[in-house]
Amino acid sequence: MAATLVSARTRPSRAITVSPRERSSFFSTAVLLIGALYCLLPIVWVLFASTKDGGELFTTNTFVPSTHLWDNIVELTQYRGGLYWRWMLNTALYAGVGALLSTVVSSLAGFALAKYEFKGKATVFTVLLAGVLVPGVILAIPQYFLLAQIGLTNTYWAVLLPQIVSPYGIYLARIYTSASVPTDVIEAARTDGAGDFRIFWRIAIPMMSPALVTIFLFQFVGIWNNFMLPYIMLGNDSLYPITVGLNGLLNQGSSVPALYSLVVTGALLSIIPLVALFLVLQRFWKVDLGAGAVKA
Amino acid sequence: MRSTTRAGIAATIAITALALTGCSGSSSGSSGPVELTYWGWAPNMEKVVDSWNESHPDIHVTYVKTDAGEPAVTKFLTAIQAGNGAPDLMQAEYQKIPTLLASDAIIDISDKVADDTKSKFSDGVWSSVTLGTDGVYAIPQDSGPMMFYYREDIFDQMGLSVPTTWDEYAQVAKTVHDSDPTKYLGTFSSIDPGQFAGLTQQAGASWWSSDDGAWSVDIDSDPVKKVADYWGGLVESGVIDNKPQYTPEWNAALNDGSQIGWVSSVWAPGVLAGNAPDTAGKWRMAPLPQWDASAPATGNWGGSALAVSSQSKNVDAAVEFSTWLNTSKDAVDQLVSVSGLYPADTVESADALKTPFEFFSNQPDFYETAAEIADTVQPFTYGPNVNVAYSAFNDEFGKAAESKSAAQFAAAVEQMQKVTLADLEDSGFTTK
Repeated sequence: MAATLVSARTRPSRAITVSPRERSSFFSTAVLLIGALYCLLPIVWVLFASTKDGGELFTTNTFVPSTHLWDNIVELTQYRGGLYWRWMLNTALYAGVGALLSTVVSSLAGFALAKYEFKGKATVFTVLLAGVLVPGVILAIPQYFLLAQIGLTNTYWAVLLPQIVSPYGIYLARIYTSASVPTDVIEAARTDGAGDFRIFWRIAIPMMSPALVTIFLFQFVGIWNNFMLPYIMLGNDSLYPITVGLNGLLNQGSSVPALYSLVVTGALLSIIPLVALFLVLQRFWKVDLGAGAVKA
Repeated sequence: MRSTTRAGIAATIAITALALTGCSGSSSGSSGPVELTYWGWAPNMEKVVDSWNESHPDIHVTYVKTDAGEPAVTKFLTAIQAGNGAPDLMQAEYQKIPTLLASDAIIDISDKVADDTKSKFSDGVWSSVTLGTDGVYAIPQDSGPMMFYYREDIFDQMGLSVPTTWDEYAQVAKTVHDSDPTKYLGTFSSIDPGQFAGLTQQAGASWWSSDDGAWSVDIDSDPVKKVADYWGGLVESGVIDNKPQYTPEWNAALNDGSQIGWVSSVWAPGVLAGNAPDTAGKWRMAPLPQWDASAPATGNWGGSALAVSSQSKNVDAAVEFSTWLNTSKDAVDQLVSVSGLYPADTVESADALKTPFEFFSNQPDFYETAAEIADTVQPFTYGPNVNVAYSAFNDEFGKAAESKSAAQFAAAVEQMQKVTLADLEDSGFTTK
């Protein structure tokens, strides 16, 4: 502190160059803090609200916690024979299997588009780009009618099948493969007698892994939070994912009270697996910097 | 290492595929019992259905709990249009029956329904499943005669007497709000068209009527205008609140005693128990305030019937189950004790409706009073575009309640009439 003061007094020109930099860093810190607050405040609200019982929820101060978190979890667990946990498992199934299959399809398609020459490749890629631009919500109703024709609405398949092909995932896999899987390596492997699938599994996949983790996470979070598709596809509430299930608890009709405290507690519990997944998988992203097999 | 991962992935996929086929393949199999699916949203209905399945091995019913009301109907109509995926039996609120019929989503079951079924229901309820024709389009399940609920403790404390006419209701509302500005006797909710329709029904309105296939819309009739003017006046003078019901604020107001009355229906105890748990034993139910004290009347808010879908391949079995569920003593008992419904069947429900809901243990004659009130439900005809009229209500009365102007309430009625009639004409119905 003293040193700063001295240097400021003796060398005023230096002080001028430092102070705007400090001001800008103070400013950007403030903006980031406000942004963080904006994102975290609703979560904090959920955290506090989930500790309150039905009577306290809307009458006590928002940021004063209560003692009913465990009661709420027990009540949520007892709601119609543990239906909430069934929703949790359904969501894990939709998101886990959906994201896994989607990653497999994306990597295969992305690899093929990046490394093989075939007729119509440009057309396929253009259609794919168009697919990236179309929001999934718009496709939900046509998909419903298609699946209804083969009698698959109101089943697990109705939610899984449409989410397996992700244009964005394929696009990402293709871009990443062109950048980080050198054609030289593939040709070398081919010269050594490796087949196409062997090259894909043993050589391309390890190099593509940061992109695959990204695709998996994107799809997982996307499906976990998806509302519209399951809402349209499913009528049976034992097949619901958490999003649609919790929404249903709030829309019980005028003759049944909305179960706010269950919904709040359910929402809190539903983000825990997502947080855990991010903490576990984020280390794979760091690999990104060291990726590549040949020196540039 | 890598080959174990691959085997692991393959195993996961295989197991999932097995699990999925296990779950979706249950409806196949031609030789077993008749399979029916039933979409509804009444609480605990799956338990009532289980007791049917135990005692009826030849007809197996799968109950699918859907979201309540409008979303369920939308989903049902989408499945009908897709030509596949609709259930055999569909819970339908009374006001939705004409809409479902107009879309050919439900069928006439008059030749399958037993002759004595009609005798179990009041004429008003039965007319809402026949729509005044020779057909029968559903079997009534529960009904929602409207009643007035008030906080007995606060009424005593403030020295108020229970209003028996709407004039008295207005006076009590003024007394309450004048002596404590944080308290209201009630609110005008612009998001509950069913409640408003019920209030106009009490006053003698019927929003639609049909004559030889030609529909008329009578929303701008005198009884509707009278009810709209009345509530518009209360809202304008500020003696009742203008905030919608079923919001967190409203729940809190019920719970902390700033809303001390509720114009509601026979199912209100369940809602109060859920939304205002701290007020157990403090509420009391009375008949709605009357327009004409010498001729007690009430309207209907809520309630539904069970219809057979046009995609059902087992209509006989569906009607058999529906008849059992809604008119047998065994099932009606369970509708009360398990599902907490107020059954539409007045004959078989007499025994089950003896002890009041726990939340109303301070009013032992709850159901006797309710039964007397239920007898005074006025006739009312719903048209094929109830959804349009209801959303016009939400739009127009939302603005009116916000503006706190009685003139706006009157204008809202005119606008609803215009929108509803225009939609009926645009949809190709004959109108007059």
